[in-house]
Amino acid sequence: MRVALFVTCVNDTLFPGTGQATVRLLERLGCTVDFPSAQTCCGQMHFNTGYRDDARPMAQRFGEVFEGHDVVVVPSGSCAAMVREWYPTLGVQPPGGVYELSEFLVDVLGVVDVGAYFPHTVTYHPTCHSLRSLRVGSRPERLLSEVRGLKLLPLGGAEECCGFGGTFSVKNPAVSAAMCTDKVRHVLDTGAEVLCAADNSCLMHIGGTMHRQRAGVRTMHLAQILASTEEDPS
Amino acid sequence: MSRTFVGMPAFPVASAKAVGDAQLRHNLHKATHTIRGKRALVVGEQPDWMELRSAGAAIKDRVLRHLDVYLEQLEAAVTRAGGHVHWARDAAEANRIVTSLVKATGETEVVKVKSMATQEIELNEALARAGITAYETDLAELIVQLGDDLPSHILVPAIHRNRAEIREIFQRAMSEWGRPAPDDLADEPAALAEAARLHLRERFLSAKVGISGANFAVAETGTLVVLESEGNGRMCLTLPETLISVVGIEKLVPTWQDLEVFMQLLPRSSTGERMNPYTSMWTGGVEGQDFHLVLLDNGRTDVLADQVGRQALRCIRCSACLNVCPVYERAGGHAYGSVYPGPIGAILTPQLRGFATELEESLPYASTLCGACYDVCPVEINIPEVLLDLRAKVASSGHHRAERLTMAAARRVLSSPALLSAAQRTAGRFRRLTPRRLPGPLSAWTDTRDVPAPPRESFRQWWERRESDR
Repeated sequence: MRVALFVTCVNDTLFPGTGQATVRLLERLGCTVDFPSAQTCCGQMHFNTGYRDDARPMAQRFGEVFEGHDVVVVPSGSCAAMVREWYPTLGVQPPGGVYELSEFLVDVLGVVDVGAYFPHTVTYHPTCHSLRSLRVGSRPERLLSEVRGLKLLPLGGAEECCGFGGTFSVKNPAVSAAMCTDKVRHVLDTGAEVLCAADNSCLMHIGGTMHRQRAGVRTMHLAQILASTEEDPS
Repeated sequence: MSRTFVGMPAFPVASAKAVGDAQLRHNLHKATHTIRGKRALVVGEQPDWMELRSAGAAIKDRVLRHLDVYLEQLEAAVTRAGGHVHWARDAAEANRIVTSLVKATGETEVVKVKSMATQEIELNEALARAGITAYETDLAELIVQLGDDLPSHILVPAIHRNRAEIREIFQRAMSEWGRPAPDDLADEPAALAEAARLHLRERFLSAKVGISGANFAVAETGTLVVLESEGNGRMCLTLPETLISVVGIEKLVPTWQDLEVFMQLLPRSSTGERMNPYTSMWTGGVEGQDFHLVLLDNGRTDVLADQVGRQALRCIRCSACLNVCPVYERAGGHAYGSVYPGPIGAILTPQLRGFATELEESLPYASTLCGACYDVCPVEINIPEVLLDLRAKVASSGHHRAERLTMAAARRVLSSPALLSAAQRTAGRFRRLTPRRLPGPLSAWTDTRDVPAPPRESFRQWWERRESDR
């Protein structure tokens, strides 16, 4: 199957490893991956902060860049939600087949066991937009539970927001930090080595807090764990 | 007299203060998680919950579409039943009407049923200026009134207080208002409730004027409905010779049968109960009672005119969105600077008041857009959608020039592959110089979190290299 990757500006700029892992995973599962290099940003930050006139050209650009691609895979719940849920508000009709990574794997490819190997304890933060906008449900956890060697530990208060919220994190830093402190406490309570999520912006927030606290827990995007194999570990 | 929300600081300032109050954090965490759990349990056992909430939304939308018709129908029905209907354009007019009605009775004391509308118009303060004392009879409202405090929750106005604090307030202030608290008052819920009961009993028996709001007003029959849990409402509604009800114009439902939907939605969403303990319904006054209905606009028709924002008028004041909101849980209700706190307040207050001050402009941003509020709303108010719409209005107000310029600059980079790539290369080259503290407004990020160092190579650079190697 031929798929186009919308890597997202955050992954492109700060977390290229997530994009590389997504490519590695999709190719291993038999997909041919295109990366239309004219792609940039979905416009989520501008839209969510109220700057619709700035967000609209980015939405239009997205529509033009991915026109003619039947399947677009996005390794970010919130960017996929931006495209599918909010582009119509900007007067832009989103392209048909935009999928968040776990949706694509489970619903389109129909795989749950992606042949990954990751011998570590992992806890999963479901992230708000995957959960309540895209309604991906338990797809990511189902994918993770099939990974050989991986022990998935349940996260307390999993469905509660980590407090990132894009510009919320700098507009309301006190509340944002308080929310993240509680999220980190739940993560540490699991005793897991790795905190996993399908959105690097949330992980940047939780991971940045844990790094500051020298908490000793790694953050990894879902794609990186699913891409990991015995021969080529993440 | 009691304090009001006038002149409150913007949300980021007020909430930062609240976040630092450890006792408040504990009280709110405990209370919101308790109600949250109860609600989830009783909503989960209702197999047709999603259909019920759609029905609730549809009924309210119908009311809003034909508000003029239903209001006149209500007025005619109430009048037919012997009541008197008054129309109030704003808070000042409503307060004038109520004050003159009370004055006409010659009384200087009134008892009150818990009511959001009268809080919104600050009726107690207006009555006090006219020499009339209003006694709150809901337990939580009593705690707020005795503590010279402000409400911080729609359903449980004293949610920010724990029982030790309540005991202290009762012992200190009850004697100033009437029957004092017993000297040996314990901080057990039963003892506190008993002290409140004895304190309030003499009010109920002596009051000649009662003031209430209403949860619903049935246009077809002219029936008003109050749901409460303590029985104080029943006393205030039935014992006084004069009853004055201040009701927002959006509280209507078309027919008696429509109530069936809301009688299921409201208790399960608000108190987490299957059925409401005390439901009072009256059409005109109870026997021999002089009944006045004050219909309040106070910004509601402005909200109705907004295509996106008008869904906020479906709100039945259940508080489910407050109880589930992670921001409300940390910030507390006072930070929202209004009697309507939490997610619903963040969309209602700026719409009712307009973007009058920095506070109203900050409220649409008092959310991470996590969507938990929309999920629990019994009338399907898409709170994130309204927040986003209000943010667009704030951003285009011209008040935030620096942010607008920053956003425009970011847009230029983020909509050009060439500029984005150049920025990535620069960041990668100077990655070792990534500061531990970011400058300007971004310092708010590095106050509590580290920034990831930019990678040597961005994804698109890696992809180009890979493609050229092939």
